[in-house]
Parts: sequence; structure tokens; C-alpha cells
Amino acid sequence: MTLYRTARTALRSLSRNPMRALLTTLGIVIGVGAVIAMMEIGVGSSSAIRKTIASMGANVLLVLPGTASSGGVSFGSGSVMTLTAEDAEAILRDCPSVRNTAPVVRARTQVVYGNRNWVPAVMYGTTPAFLDVRDWMDLAEGEAFTDRDVLNANKVCLLGQTLVRELFGGESPIGKEIRVKNVAFRVVGVLSAKGANMMGMDQDDILLAPWTTIKYRVTGSSLQSLNQSSSSSSGSSVNTLSRLYPSAGVQLYPERSETQAADQPMPVRFANIDQILLAARSAEEIPTAVEQIKSLLRERHRIRPGDPDDFNIRDMTEMTRTLASTTSLMTNLLLWVAMISLVVGGVGIMNIMLVSVTERTREIGLRMAVGARARDVLQQFLVEAVVLCLVGGGLGILAGHGGSYLVWLTLGWPVESSPEAVAAAVAVSASVGIVFGFYPAWKASRLDPIEALRYE
Amino acid sequence: MPVLVDISLRIQRGELVAIMGASGSGKTTLMNILGCLDRPTSGQYWLDGQEVSGMSADQRAMVRNKKIGFVFQNFNLLPRTSALDNVAMPLSYTAGDLSQREARKRARDVLARVGLAERLHHEPSQLSGGQQQRVAIARALVNRPPLLLADEPTGNLDSKTSEEVLGLFEELNREEGVTVVLVTHDPHVAGHARRTIHIHDGRIVGEPPVAHKEGIFEKGGAP
Repeated sequence: MTLYRTARTALRSLSRNPMRALLTTLGIVIGVGAVIAMMEIGVGSSSAIRKTIASMGANVLLVLPGTASSGGVSFGSGSVMTLTAEDAEAILRDCPSVRNTAPVVRARTQVVYGNRNWVPAVMYGTTPAFLDVRDWMDLAEGEAFTDRDVLNANKVCLLGQTLVRELFGGESPIGKEIRVKNVAFRVVGVLSAKGANMMGMDQDDILLAPWTTIKYRVTGSSLQSLNQSSSSSSGSSVNTLSRLYPSAGVQLYPERSETQAADQPMPVRFANIDQILLAARSAEEIPTAVEQIKSLLRERHRIRPGDPDDFNIRDMTEMTRTLASTTSLMTNLLLWVAMISLVVGGVGIMNIMLVSVTERTREIGLRMAVGARARDVLQQFLVEAVVLCLVGGGLGILAGHGGSYLVWLTLGWPVESSPEAVAAAVAVSASVGIVFGFYPAWKASRLDPIEALRYE
Repeated sequence: MPVLVDISLRIQRGELVAIMGASGSGKTTLMNILGCLDRPTSGQYWLDGQEVSGMSADQRAMVRNKKIGFVFQNFNLLPRTSALDNVAMPLSYTAGDLSQREARKRARDVLARVGLAERLHHEPSQLSGGQQQRVAIARALVNRPPLLLADEPTGNLDSKTSEEVLGLFEELNREEGVTVVLVTHDPHVAGHARRTIHIHDGRIVGEPPVAHKEGIFEKGGAP
């Protein structure tokens, strides 16, 4: 007996009692519907949460320079300058798990516009990639500075919302010039509002500029304020290009005069930066990314095996993991409840199939008398159960989808359709049919045709 | 306590035989053995040149499908299923050599043969008893078996329709050469047969024992 014919026969026997078939599948419909709805709502909310966390910088890694210490006294993180802008480029090039990198040079000084002034909490010199790393691509106004601005150390900047409010009040800052340590910056864009971060710090109190500009035009080296061991030399105020070059910490040679320096500017070979901000491709890839960065930087910095790193890598996975595990816990819990209802539905199917086998004993006897083998009978009843379950599964998928759509419509919960859940629902309902349909079918196939024909 | 004892019987191709006996005489058991539904505890049963008693259940199912048509007292039609589908049902167990269309055509032809060409899509509940039994006969004939076994085929019918059904059996036997075995306790039904075998307490009475095995349908002695 071909499968096609068996399926036809099964459908025909089921259609002899459509109401009962429908009620029997109701258990599966509810079970599968619940699974689908749970999965869609669960996936939707967990991806919404993931998106939120990502915008808070959950995929972001921070590479900080290592610690200088002398005589057992450590100067804390960032007290040696080991990172360069080339490190950032190399990481982007050689670490496949890293989506983007941005070198960062920090500064903290006063910003002046007209008769107002403000000291932004964060003043970063960086590259346009920073906006991508921090998920800050959509600007409120204007546009970001470019890589060309970074190369030329152009005096342009982006302002955060808080800074705009404090300096400009109501007017648009685009095209206006602000002064940072007597260097005039043209405002090219305004960042969109991001609000406070997890620690309650205002993330909009920020000024972004090309890192070359901040480094060479605004600060000599950001270390000056931190590291007591570096002397604050070259305090002269001759207006030359000296601001373009970092002031050296240790003077090996007699200091050049301002005129000498102006005449013969020394090429910069190492452009140290304060930190590298980078984004992993996904939260799952963070550990891989950390490993890749670690080995790359050790190689680039020529650190021998066994020697300590001259850099630190920070991530925010703890936060991500906590939140993600909360949602997945909820989803799993609901999924189990839905699974239980599927099992209950399966028991319902078994019950009805058993009733059906008893009720149709004479039919089974007749089929055997006209030449059905035990395995034909087994197949027929098994297919009937599976058909019931698959029909229930199909209706359940529709019901679950409709249910989650309704939830989205009325409660506004984020919902995301998940093809995996649909595939799983089909597989589960088919296997429920086989598992719970087997016993009745087996019982039917074991009937003795003579007894069955005589059954009243 | 064996039901059948010392049975020795040969039925030739093309015969119309009645097996008669009171209830409890063992005639149903004999028919079950003849119909390959049951096996004798000992002895042999040769059907169309094949020894059946040693076959497995699946092999016997194939034999039933190909060589035997059953007609029951209570018709045993599938409820809420059209006459056509009822008749086509046994064809679905013959390995898929017939397409759905051929199967339906054959079912239609057989139904026409028993005089129900107008009732193809009626369900059993819409048919009279005689018509239901005709559908059952059509179902028994659909695989073109050489042997038709009828167990009290007129037991649930009034005398007029009984005559019609028995007439149909005679006609099939005469025109198509189908071997018909009627099992009954009614002498009137047995009167339609050309040969009557009486069974009493599991033994055949009034029949000379079979001396040699030449027959097509043959039943060896069973305790």
C-alpha cells in the first residue's frame, strides 16, 4: 500500500467524523499555538533587549594601555603609552571577530562659545568609526567628520546634546566656531540624544573631534595631567606649529629652542593614543575577539612569552549576560509550559485513537479479510494520528502567529517571527503523532481478523 | 475439544456448494479455514495448487486479497463511505499496480455487474439491505477472485431480496465461472446450490471421502 493511498484512506476515515477529529486536534492546536506564540514573543523581546544593550555598548571592548611602575609604585592604568593608532588599524585588519575600531585620545578642557563656556565630561579625539562602534550613526543635525579630517588634523568637531544646550541655547550650532584651548573648532554635526548610561553618567555631555586634532592641537599629551613623572616643559607661548607635535616626556638631548623647532619640525614616528574602542561582531564573539586582540597586540608590541601584557582589555559582557540570561530563562520556562500542553494534547490523541480502534474493530477485521496485512493496518492508524497532529500543528502555527500578532497589536510587545519555532512545531507535532499514535495502531494491527469480524 | 474432526473435502473449480449445519456444528470454523482466516491445527489445505496451512499471516493476507472474496451476513460495509469507495477498498491493498482511476473504473464496472450502476455515490445508510449486500458482493468480486465465500449471505434479508441475492450468486457462478461456497443453516438457501455438504458435530455427513488429490480446492483431514 503506497503512502499516498494510506494518506488518502486516513483522510477519508478522519472525514467520516470531522467534529471529533477537530476536537481531538484542539489539544495540539493549543500546544503548538502556545509554543509559537511564546517563541515569537520571547525572541522578539530578547532581540529588543539585545538591541538596547548593544546601543549601551554591550559589544564594545576597550583596550587600555598597561601600567607603569617603578620601585613597587604603580601609576595605574594608562600611565605608560603603549598603544598607537596603527594598533587600532591592525586590529581591524587582522581580527575577524572585530567589527570596527576607533582610537581614542582623551582631553578635559574648557569649551567656549561667545560668552558661554562649559567643560564637557568627555572630550574624545577619535575617527568617524567611533560612531559606528558606539551605535551612534544617526546624527541629530549635520554630518560626521571624515577620515580626511583625521589625516589633516582639521579643526572640526561633533557636539553632544548637553553641550549644544549649554553653549548654544536654542540656536543651531552647525557651522559655528567654538574655542577649545584657544583652538577654533568648526561644529559640523550634532549627535543624537543617548541619555544617561548604566552608571547614571550623562552620555550627551560629549565633544568628538579628529584624534590628530585633539592630540596635536589641543593637548600635547593627555598624560601631562596624570603622570607626575613627566615634566611640564615647553611652557612657552610662541605661536608656532609646536602644538602639532607631542611634547617629549624625557629629554635625551638639549631642548631645542622654539625657533629651531619652528624651522625644522621633527617628524612624528609614534602617535600614542589613550585607548582603543572597538566593537565585536556580536555579543557571542566577544571572547574570541579578546583572544585575537590579545595575541595580535602581544606580537605587535614584541612581548616575550611569559612577560605580562602592556595593555588591558575590558568588556561589558557581564551586563549583557545577565540581561540575556534573564530573557532566555523566561522563554525557556514558557516553552516548557507549552511543551507540557503538547504532551497533554498527545495523550488526548492517543485516547481518541484507542476509542477509534475499538469502534472500528469490525472495519479492521474486514480490511484484514480482504487482504490488509498487519503492517498496512498499523500504517493506516499511525498515519491517521500523524495527520491529526500535523493538521493540528498547522492550525496551531496560524493560531500562535495570530496570537503573537494580537499581542503586538494590543500590548505593543516586540514580536519577531521565528522560522526555527515553526520547524520545531511541525517536527514536534509529527513526533507526538507517531509516539502517541503508535500504541493504538499497534493494538489495531494485532487484532485477530476472525475475532474482529465477529465483534459487536 | 476440536471443532472439526476428520474433514476430507474437495471442491472443484466452478462449483456452487452449500455447507449446511446447525449452529455450533463447526461450519463457520470450516469457512474460516477455507477463507484462509484461520489455520487447521493439523492437516493440509490446498487452494489453487498452494498449501495454505503453512503460510505466514502476511502471505495468507495476500492469498485472501487475490483469490478469495468474502460476503458476510451483516454486509460489513464502511459507514459514511460511498458504495464506490467501499468496493474499491480491497484494491488499495493490492500492490500499487492500479492507478486511482483504474481502480475506480473497475469498482464502477463491478457495481454495474451487480446492478447498482445508479447507486455509485450512495452511502450504506442510504441503501436497502439487498442493495448493501450487492455492494458487499461487488467488493468481494473487485479483485476477480476465483473463489467467493458467503457466510449466511441472506441472514439479514427478507425472502424476496434473498432470492435476488441468491440469483446473483447463481448467475456469477454460471456466467463467470466463479466458485461459490455458501455457508448457511437454511435448507432453502442450500437448495440453490448444486451440491450440499452437511456438517454435524464437526464431521461431514453424507459425503464420500476424498480418495486422491486432484482437485483445485481441497481440504485435507483435520482433527
